[in-house]
Amino acid sequence: RYSTGFGRFRWLAEGGAGQDVGRSCILVSIAGKNVMLDCGMHMGFNDDRRFPDFSYITQNGRLTDFLDCVIISHFHLDHCGALPYFSEMVGYDGPIYMTHPTQAICPILLEDYRKIAVDKKGEANFFTSQMIKDCMKKVVAVHLHQTVQVDDELEIKAYYAGHVLGAAMFQIKVGSESVVYTGDYNMTPDRHLGAAWIDKCRPNLLITESTYATTIRDSKRCRERDFLKKVHETVERGGKVLIPVFALGRAQELCILLETFWERMNLKVPIYFSTGLTEKANHYYKLFIPWTNQKIRKTFVQRNMFEFKHIKAFDRAFADNPGPMVVFATPGMLHAGQSLQIFRKWAGNEKNMVIMPGYCVQGTVGHKILSGQRKLEMEGRQVLEVKMQVEYMSFSAHADAKGIMQLVGQAEPESVLLVHGEAKKMEFLKQKIEQELRVSCYMPANGETVTLPTSLSIPVGISLGLLKREMAQGLLPEAKKPRLLHGTLIMKDSNFRLVSSEQALKELGLAEHQLRFTCRVHLHDTRKEQETALRVYSHLKSILKDHCVQHLPDGSVTVESILIQAAAPSEDPGTKVLLVSWTYQDEELGSFLTSLLKKGLPQAPS
Amino acid sequence: MKLYCLSGHPTLPCNVLKFKSTTIMLDCGLDMTSTLNFLPLPLVQSPRLSNLPGWSLKDGNAFLDKELKECSGHVFVDSVPEFCLPETELIDLSTVDVILISNYHCMMALPYITEHTGFTGTVYATEPTVQIGRLLMEELVNFIERVPKAQSASLWKNKDIQRLLPSPLKDAVEVSTWRTCYTMQEVNSALSKIQLVGYSQKIELFGAVQVTPLSSGYALGSSNWIIQSHYEKVSYVSGSSLLTTHPQLTVRNGGNVLVPCYPSGVIYDLLECLYQYIDSAGLSSVPLYFISPVANSSLEFSQIFAEWLCHNKQSKVYLPEPPFPHAELIQTNKLKHYPSIHGDFSNDFRQPCVVFTGHPSLRFGDVVHFMELWGKSSLNTVIFTEPDFSYLEALAPYQPLAMKCIYCPIDTRLNFIQVSKLLKEVQPLHVVCPEQYTQPPPAQSHRMDLMIDCQPPAMSYRRAEVLALPFKRRYEKIEIMPELADSLVPMEIKPGISLATVSAVLHTKDNKHLLQPPPRPAQPTSGKKRKRVSDEVPDCKVLKPLLSGSIPVEQFVQTLEKHGFSDIKVEDTAKGHIVLLQEAETLIQIEEDSTHIICDNDEMLRVRLRDLVLKFLQKF
Repeated sequence: RYSTGFGRFRWLAEGGAGQDVGRSCILVSIAGKNVMLDCGMHMGFNDDRRFPDFSYITQNGRLTDFLDCVIISHFHLDHCGALPYFSEMVGYDGPIYMTHPTQAICPILLEDYRKIAVDKKGEANFFTSQMIKDCMKKVVAVHLHQTVQVDDELEIKAYYAGHVLGAAMFQIKVGSESVVYTGDYNMTPDRHLGAAWIDKCRPNLLITESTYATTIRDSKRCRERDFLKKVHETVERGGKVLIPVFALGRAQELCILLETFWERMNLKVPIYFSTGLTEKANHYYKLFIPWTNQKIRKTFVQRNMFEFKHIKAFDRAFADNPGPMVVFATPGMLHAGQSLQIFRKWAGNEKNMVIMPGYCVQGTVGHKILSGQRKLEMEGRQVLEVKMQVEYMSFSAHADAKGIMQLVGQAEPESVLLVHGEAKKMEFLKQKIEQELRVSCYMPANGETVTLPTSLSIPVGISLGLLKREMAQGLLPEAKKPRLLHGTLIMKDSNFRLVSSEQALKELGLAEHQLRFTCRVHLHDTRKEQETALRVYSHLKSILKDHCVQHLPDGSVTVESILIQAAAPSEDPGTKVLLVSWTYQDEELGSFLTSLLKKGLPQAPS
Repeated sequence: MKLYCLSGHPTLPCNVLKFKSTTIMLDCGLDMTSTLNFLPLPLVQSPRLSNLPGWSLKDGNAFLDKELKECSGHVFVDSVPEFCLPETELIDLSTVDVILISNYHCMMALPYITEHTGFTGTVYATEPTVQIGRLLMEELVNFIERVPKAQSASLWKNKDIQRLLPSPLKDAVEVSTWRTCYTMQEVNSALSKIQLVGYSQKIELFGAVQVTPLSSGYALGSSNWIIQSHYEKVSYVSGSSLLTTHPQLTVRNGGNVLVPCYPSGVIYDLLECLYQYIDSAGLSSVPLYFISPVANSSLEFSQIFAEWLCHNKQSKVYLPEPPFPHAELIQTNKLKHYPSIHGDFSNDFRQPCVVFTGHPSLRFGDVVHFMELWGKSSLNTVIFTEPDFSYLEALAPYQPLAMKCIYCPIDTRLNFIQVSKLLKEVQPLHVVCPEQYTQPPPAQSHRMDLMIDCQPPAMSYRRAEVLALPFKRRYEKIEIMPELADSLVPMEIKPGISLATVSAVLHTKDNKHLLQPPPRPAQPTSGKKRKRVSDEVPDCKVLKPLLSGSIPVEQFVQTLEKHGFSDIKVEDTAKGHIVLLQEAETLIQIEEDSTHIICDNDEMLRVRLRDLVLKFLQKF
């Protein structure tokens, strides 16, 4: 009667091969509220499959009516790339929640992406600049740890997630039911961001990404040393290093790393950063210092870590310059834009090197070369032979298996749902979570629905008088066994109150109905009534040690509130009648007394 | 619920609220007006100050002339300035569980409380509040520590001597508790006890109370606090502002302008105003100097808290541009900042100029130097913008003064009209405020509009007072386990009102209450062992429900007949009926609100009758 259905489902690509890292878009229904988590697009597709199929949400009826809100975890396009399409082209007018840095950066990346798709590739039926602007007007920015009341029942709260500037995990709560969605997160602090953190919020469900479900990465220092060594060796022998990155995120981390290394080694080889976005990007980092890690926050007054001395803006013409150089170019998966152009120029020379610092989605050039392909078919049937060295260094700030386990341990959810990962790896992690943490774990395929039942406690108001009376008695030393609390629950509309029975009667204007019993117990006793009463008194006193037994001046005996009187029926002097009288509230004791007295009184010692 | 008032200064409050089982300190303001009784601390030896005459009693007794100096008819203590702490005797401060800070001005007494009272709790404040509060404290400590003073006066504090002093020294309260400034070490230790919070973050205190900071608009990161349990709510409104635009300030001057100010807060607005004004007035060659040991940090910090700013400024960050235009002033070299007047500043110094520096009390900090330097010339101007100090008292030790003085307090806090409007909208059950706000200011006793007016009248507090707040708590939240909830049988008593009796086990942990289903009655172990009667003595604490309703006699008799009773006789009485079961020698008195079964000791019969009666009654 009181438990509420608790369903959720997610979909990625229609008919897709189950779990993958393509894009994130999850629909959660919690206690009657529908929340969409992220609205990502797939980088590997150039057609309709790029965007999620929103007809999964509702076949007929407007999205605005169905969804209570949309939450965006961070600014990566696989988490927010479909947002203008969703809100302006499919049509959604409700609130969209994201953090301040995400709100600042998201439209820039969307515009950038739109330009590549429309202006360079000439795609039609794509969202316009105006649509991005209109879409951003629906955004409500949230602070970390701020509890945002979406409506009277639904509240959301953001937690720090590391990963990229402004990335957040979200807790979605309705009444006592809650879900935590992690988005992408990072459990180890890096050079510019802190580690994800969540309190012991014990959600019913934790939805976590699992990009690196099986990896337990070696120490960060090793990876950094490796990276620097490779870059250094290549430029030493006169080669060029290409590092495809996304404008924000890993780029800043690697820039800080190279900057300090160049400073230390006093290197003169130029480092370039390819897009016009960069300067802007670094500026965002400067303005959102509170979102970075402890060290940068402490030192920014003396020296802002995002002001680089050695790293300069890249010009297209530089790519043909002779001699060594290091170039950061966007985008990160080599699927379009400047990084791909430079790659084509440099791929033929074995002295050069490309370092992929993050994950690449299937179908991208990045993914192809990482999986060992050395002959690439480009547009116009050209074949590009890759002679340059290809290195993969996992610098993307996703939590590894250890980190995911750690977060699950922190939040203590009732169950875990794995998304944003590859099926085989997720299976491994699922077993690990179930065995080590004893938390049930799900890994739905694209378009699959998972329903979780929850049991709900019902909150009601208890009158303070009743509670205090009960708690005071609970403190008494004899109250060893659990005591029962008695009261009446008054349910009026949706207002539930638990009060003492007396108060309930009074409030409702009802009179108490007293039910009383009087039993006649016949005893053989020739003595006077007074003596009989006295014998009854001492008998009961000896048996009922825990009860209050009294002999009143008028000759009657009381046990608690039960009254016993002895009478002598006139017709038979050898018999006495005991009148035992009690109310329904003393039913057990009264019943016990009559059967006890029926057995007769012990012989007086006289 | 009780409120302990530890500070008498209305804008620098320090109160302790006892609510349910928690002890919450609301703000930790430091009353710095006490420093006005002291001589300024000059950075550079000032012959004028060091040659002030000592003060002597009317009878010529001059035993205090080392401690007290006279200047233009005012008497000052020649010692390290001391502050008036919040009351520490009224309540044992080691029992305070949490301290809620509403803005950076209201945390200046924090080190005194957290470091010297046995306090072991947590302090809650927003990030800008903590960072800027740290700057204010750093500046204060720096101002005082860099001018060591050899002597410390204490004779004058003697109660018998204080009586003899002229006003206002005579009337100063609790001078024996005045303390000199804390150290940086104490500041760091105090700040380490702060936990950062965001606006609208719900913080649970021991499961009993929830506290939430809400934006108050007064200063960067300032907040009002909501303190609530499930059935009670307290709003603590401290330094709120509804202003989103800032007053225009005109500076037109041939000489130098001195603006005594705190290193953070209004200065950002002043700089912004000046920024817009200077170009249009053709004064772009006039340099602006901002001198404070924390000047650089303050300007940098102001740019990174975009999330805490008003919407206009927030949207600048998205461009991205720094939210405050002083970044541009610095870039174009119009605004220069220095840690102190020593060092680089003395080389760069050009006149005429505008100088922003502290401390607004004019008793310590670089401002003392400029007052000494510029005080003699009527070309120069000093502009007071901080409302915390009376400017006349602040200027007293510099008299006679040729410099022009402009008092132009920029107080963005709520005024009385706004408060009245706010109270009308919010409709609180009770209002508590400092006593200064319940009557017109003494200087303008006819201004009935300068007081808080509400119904019911506001309760006022003053320093060292304990208010018992007329709160009657009646309900508490309790959770019913789903298993128990499923077993409840509600019945509708009146339209829309249902009742269910509950018998359950109460579990209380961390101030959270939970009702669990009662344990199943233990299966009676085989009868053999239960020979002794006393084993069966029932537990009288198992309560039976209360009964309500009445028995319709006719139906009752029909039911009896249906259950095999015969020979039933019904008699009417004054108040009801008597049902006689003649065969069983049993009598049942039925009245409106009572039923009485009188029978022989036949338990079977009695229980049958009992159950038949209960069928007609409702249980509670």
